[in-house]
Amino acid sequence: MLKEIRILTDHGKQYIPDLRKQPVSERFRGRPVISEVITREEIEKVAAICPVNAIDRRNGSIDLGRCTFCNECALMLPGTIGFTNDYRIAASRRGDLVVMTGQTEVLRLDETAVRKEIRRLFRRSLKLRQVSAGGDNSCEMELAASCNVNFDLGRFGIEFVASPRHADGIVITGPVTENMSEALEICYKAVPSPKVIILVGTDSISGGLFEGSPALQRGFIDRHPVDLYVPGNPAHPLTFINGVMDLLGL
Amino acid sequence: MNHPSYIELKNGISPIMTTDVPVIEYDIFYEKVRELLIDKSNHCLSYYCYAFAGRLKFICCIADDNTGIIRLLSHEMRPDNTTLKALTPFCPSIHIFEREIHENHGVEFPGHPWLKPVRYPHDRADRMSVMDNYPFYEIESEELHEVGVGPIHAGVIEPGHFRFICNGEKVLHLEIQLGYQHRGIERLFVDKGDALQRCLLAENIAGDTAVGHGLAHAQLIESLAGIEVCEALQIERCIALEMERIAVHIGDTAALSGDVAYQLGQVTCEALRTMVINTTQFWCGNRFGKGLVRPGGSNYPLTEETAGEILKVLEEVERRYENVTGRIYTLPSVLGRFEDIGRVTRPQAESIGVVGMAARSCGIVRDIRRTHPFQYYRNFEINPVTLEAGDVLARGMLRALEVKASAGIIRALIDSWRKTEKSVGRPVYNYKLRPGSFAISLTEGWRGEICHTVVTDSEGNVLHYKVKDPSQHNWMALALAVRNQEISDFPVCNKSFNLSYCGHDL
Repeated sequence: MLKEIRILTDHGKQYIPDLRKQPVSERFRGRPVISEVITREEIEKVAAICPVNAIDRRNGSIDLGRCTFCNECALMLPGTIGFTNDYRIAASRRGDLVVMTGQTEVLRLDETAVRKEIRRLFRRSLKLRQVSAGGDNSCEMELAASCNVNFDLGRFGIEFVASPRHADGIVITGPVTENMSEALEICYKAVPSPKVIILVGTDSISGGLFEGSPALQRGFIDRHPVDLYVPGNPAHPLTFINGVMDLLGL
Repeated sequence: MNHPSYIELKNGISPIMTTDVPVIEYDIFYEKVRELLIDKSNHCLSYYCYAFAGRLKFICCIADDNTGIIRLLSHEMRPDNTTLKALTPFCPSIHIFEREIHENHGVEFPGHPWLKPVRYPHDRADRMSVMDNYPFYEIESEELHEVGVGPIHAGVIEPGHFRFICNGEKVLHLEIQLGYQHRGIERLFVDKGDALQRCLLAENIAGDTAVGHGLAHAQLIESLAGIEVCEALQIERCIALEMERIAVHIGDTAALSGDVAYQLGQVTCEALRTMVINTTQFWCGNRFGKGLVRPGGSNYPLTEETAGEILKVLEEVERRYENVTGRIYTLPSVLGRFEDIGRVTRPQAESIGVVGMAARSCGIVRDIRRTHPFQYYRNFEINPVTLEAGDVLARGMLRALEVKASAGIIRALIDSWRKTEKSVGRPVYNYKLRPGSFAISLTEGWRGEICHTVVTDSEGNVLHYKVKDPSQHNWMALALAVRNQEISDFPVCNKSFNLSYCGHDL
């Protein structure tokens, strides 16, 4: 027992007191900033190298629902495009993930787009079922990390549960493979209504790098309403946690 | 005159012309593979086929762990022929490859004990074979019952279906059905002609092994495009690979502790893993090292500041991890759940071709860093840690020992890096692959050996790309490990291997 106490004391406090303001490494790639003086030629140049067509050729905006945060556009045009380490980039509407040129203000979830019952019912307790549908295990590990001793999402009454029957919603990772599409649908149906859907990671939001692969079947995403989009490759635990906190109005 | 039946090459160095690979009759191929695999220092890295000029072209890569030589054997099949005598009855480690060839191309292998589906790829030969009609193994008896788990599991993990046939609490047989994660990766390597897209695909084969797979791909491209990389970059890549190993091993220690309700081990190791992956993030902006490895250069060359941070964190992590594991692996209540549980014997492991840390946990010295060295490991002797027992405890303790070893390797690598001239340039994306060639690249990820092979056409386009994750060999080991165990021991057995679903399903 003394040994245990010694180990615990040695480790000290590991939890992050303020999940809203926790600093992350400068190099972490979160919300991009695109200079409003970007030229047509520059847009064309970076759109051509973007591996996931996240850059709109017409106006130079970056769609975080497609972006894999590979940083190549910013490395090509330093000073014109840059990724800040602002991890609060989740949104409740798909269109809000598009960052326009000259846009420097922070992204905040649009309160009016949140369904009223979500806050009324789940604000003090939200139980989620995670479904990986072709995820590469990095988003899954970041979701698991959200509940670990550092991030401790459980402090808000938010938890991942073992059965859809116990859940208030599902969190989907991965581009949704054909082989997983039926199980995903069954799982969603098994969650009692009202229920939320959260998409985590670029793959699940748009298919990402796998868009157009004949092995995908993304009908589920098209058929059902999504309450929260959490971008990233993988999504950082702080992006997920802040997104859910915003959704619940915490 | 005696024609050679194979061509020899080495890991990641020299691509060869596809026309230089001798194509032999299947009967000779069959005898040669059998003959090679009887020698325990040889093992099959990959065996697959692809359609070319109206024929199926088969390639089998066999690694010699004593000499570092890879032997390439090839045979061809005309479209009017669809059967080949199975190698599996004599070389059980081939079972997965023959099943894969059968599933992808409809080739029959008479004598194969069971050509059950591997991953239900979108372009499989038989579209009537679907996830729902998987041919589960059955035993008829009123005494037995079946337990089905998945594809969606209780935890936050990837999907796969496990079906146990049990006698009371005892598992007689475990059937593992995979394929839920199939994203068509190999096909995308061919379809997406863009160099950057391919890098990202490689990093996303298995996100927990982004560096391992990313490096296997970069090495492959460099070999085929004739790109030389400087010593400093080679060292940096090895450091990244060892950091990935340390991070996952510590995370697995947390998971193993959690499964036996030893919370102290769980929470402390979770926090230690966070420290390591945050250091990777400090280096390249991504906790999993995505973006760190690129062909020809790097977007995040190691700096003195990063090297200093790595050393500082490592020292702290190593000390604390040693204290915690010292406690975990001496605590009777933990040992009672790990010792002699989920044992894979050395003969079993040899016969089914287990690789990586699972192999090293039952006494097999199988480590690509030593036997087929790549990058800076060529200048650096690695002495793989091995344990004999092959049980959950051995796989757990091996992690603790490997973390310590990797920390030592990183310190030595940083020493060498400091003495090296640094000329790491930007990544090379406008490369041209050598036409009509074959190349192979191996790395030792934290799970075990990763093998990428590529064949180019006469224009230098990618004609065929094959990925092998260590999990492809090792899932069978998990199925064997749980035989005659209590079903309640499955979670610790599973965690002790921590195999990849997406790496297997591709």
